[in-house]
Amino acid sequence: MSDIDGRTVVVVVGLALITVLARGFFLMSGKAWSLPHWAQRGLQYAPIAALAAVVVPEVVTVQGHLVSNWQDARLFAAAAGAAAYFWRKDVLVTIVVGMAVYLPLHIGWSW
Amino acid sequence: MFLRRSNYSHPEFRAGVRDFQRVAPGIAAWGLMTGVAMVQSGMGVVESLLMALLVFAGSSQLAAIPLILAGAPLWIIWATGFCVNLRFVVFSLHLRPFLAHLPMWERICHGYLTADLSYVQFTSRFARPGANAAERQAQEAYLAGNDMVNWMAWVGSSLAGVALARLIPQDWGLAFAGILCLVGILCSLATTRLRLVSAAVAGAAAVAAYGLPLKLNILLAIATAVLACMVIEKFPGGHAARP
Repeated sequence: MSDIDGRTVVVVVGLALITVLARGFFLMSGKAWSLPHWAQRGLQYAPIAALAAVVVPEVVTVQGHLVSNWQDARLFAAAAGAAAYFWRKDVLVTIVVGMAVYLPLHIGWSW
Repeated sequence: MFLRRSNYSHPEFRAGVRDFQRVAPGIAAWGLMTGVAMVQSGMGVVESLLMALLVFAGSSQLAAIPLILAGAPLWIIWATGFCVNLRFVVFSLHLRPFLAHLPMWERICHGYLTADLSYVQFTSRFARPGANAAERQAQEAYLAGNDMVNWMAWVGSSLAGVALARLIPQDWGLAFAGILCLVGILCSLATTRLRLVSAAVAGAAAVAAYGLPLKLNILLAIATAVLACMVIEKFPGGHAARP
């Protein structure tokens, strides 16, 4: 193809290297050292914090601002999905129930 | 890596595959909509395919697309990508003792392939690094199986999204399935009171700091939540909340 944008290719390859750099950041050095105890304790709270930091804004904000209108399909779908998780302990059920709430509200009522 | 026989013939490999299959539909919906978003926002098909295959990080792809189209300077795009990916730096610190026995290129391959959900599933299945060679092998096999399904679901669905971009209207909101997938994982991690506190603090901080550039609100939220939990742990009764 002739219409490939060279600059975009450079950007994309750079972003791929950045993925490698970030995900491998503390895996590159082979020197033996271990984490101090306090850091090991702190890390057990990091995974859920990272997920909440990514998920919560996606559910409760519109273009960076807290939703001001409760008629938002995402709020009900996320609540239903979370309830479904605690009911069946299964992520797939969360997705199915959440989307079953989301799609009718979003497409049908355009919430 | 999943190409090694000692990994793919291990029973834990199948356990990793099975665990990720439960969340793969959410990842696939997210990948599909990322593929659609790349093409619909005006990136070329070849560039979109390359991005789906190589970058393998949905959040940094979505952050980079508008910057690429706006012709932002390279260093701005890359700095944004790195900041959105900073949580992976924290993950790599956590994974280090589990992988330290492997040669460098294998450690880096495992790191590159371990995205959010594999990290979460791996660290919730294995609380501490294997004490002997057999345990370490089992952990590596689990991670390899888990990563393989993640990679196939993400790349396959991204490529499908690029191919079907003209057929799938973005306003259906199918990408929300990806968020629901993360909601489910989040609930599965909420096993102690202090972890619930961590989620609540991080969620609130991420919203409050949403205006920060380069998606730094995510990193700030993680730091705030972890610090808050470590402080609460010090109080009498705080230890009772630990698993």
